[in-house]
Amino acid sequence: MKRWLPLIIFAVLVGFFAKGLFLNPREVPSPFIGKAAPAFTLPMVGQADKTFSPADMKGKVWLLNVWAPWCVSCRQEHGVLMALAQSQPVPIVGLNWKDKAREAEQLLAQAGSPYLAVPDDLSGKTGIDYGVTGTPETYVIDKAGIVRMKHVGPIDEKVWKEKFEPKLKELN
Amino acid sequence: MTTPTLTSFAADEAPTLRYPQGGEGLPWGCPAGGLMKSLLFSLLIALNTSVWAGEAAPVGEDPAIEQRMVKLAEELRCLVCQNESLAGSHAELAEDLRKEIRVQMKAGKNDKEVIEYLTTRYGDFVLYRPPFKPLTYILWLGPLLFLGLGGGIWYVTLQKRRALKDTPVDEKQLDEASKLLAAQLLDEKR
Repeated sequence: MKRWLPLIIFAVLVGFFAKGLFLNPREVPSPFIGKAAPAFTLPMVGQADKTFSPADMKGKVWLLNVWAPWCVSCRQEHGVLMALAQSQPVPIVGLNWKDKAREAEQLLAQAGSPYLAVPDDLSGKTGIDYGVTGTPETYVIDKAGIVRMKHVGPIDEKVWKEKFEPKLKELN
Repeated sequence: MTTPTLTSFAADEAPTLRYPQGGEGLPWGCPAGGLMKSLLFSLLIALNTSVWAGEAAPVGEDPAIEQRMVKLAEELRCLVCQNESLAGSHAELAEDLRKEIRVQMKAGKNDKEVIEYLTTRYGDFVLYRPPFKPLTYILWLGPLLFLGLGGGIWYVTLQKRRALKDTPVDEKQLDEASKLLAAQLLDEKR
């Protein structure tokens, strides 16, 4: 036993390091899970006279998808979101984050919009209020306006099936 | 830095790869120059500390607030380039957050309030110095625990060794043993 002790300690350390090696450093736990989604009121892309506020979605489970026209992974995600908009399991609101070049309206007209509403966060302050570190990030917000889940990075079919579907089923 | 241009979502078109803040080479808008620059500036720090503060964030109108901001931001992690401090990062989000810290300091908020503003949004991850709370007890006290453990093992080993040394030698036995050894040696010679 005593002879094997160094080897056992070594194996345990290797186990810890191997686990750490495969963790995604971008998966920072959001402090908002279980807390109310921060309120905001922002003008909407393409309908500058109208505003959007999370309070408008009370009573519904919905997704807040933070995206930007300059974001590459958001394009990857766009197709998946379009498919979701077709089958409509959940309304998606797309927060247009720091779109300084003002491209969102044209882009959505061209490629189609999967969004129910597109609030326009030009300064990026609303994104900061939600703890956004990059795009895309998606929040699942429940009927009472509580943030239930956050996903960092693009949504693909696998992520949708494994992460979002069970959560939405639980909330609906 | 290149300004982003509009490309379509169309699937048959290969998407042009662009990073948010013109940083080419690193994902998530981490300006590629950041690392090299910070290496270079670490060198400059040795020569002149004020250079660092000047490069990290352009000095605002109020040097006192700027100094406070940089001092605080050096303790905070940039969320985009996770190995850079908020003070040293060139990511746009870091710039925005520095701006926000500046605004809040101007509004008379103290360092604690500013840190609270950031941790409610980004969690303790934003702090390079994690707070001392139940979840981090093992992190803070772990080294002490291991030091104690090592000290314990060291002490026990010493005690064992001392016990060995303190055993009185039986003169008679020693005498017999040397006689036996001598006989054996003689035997071998023959």
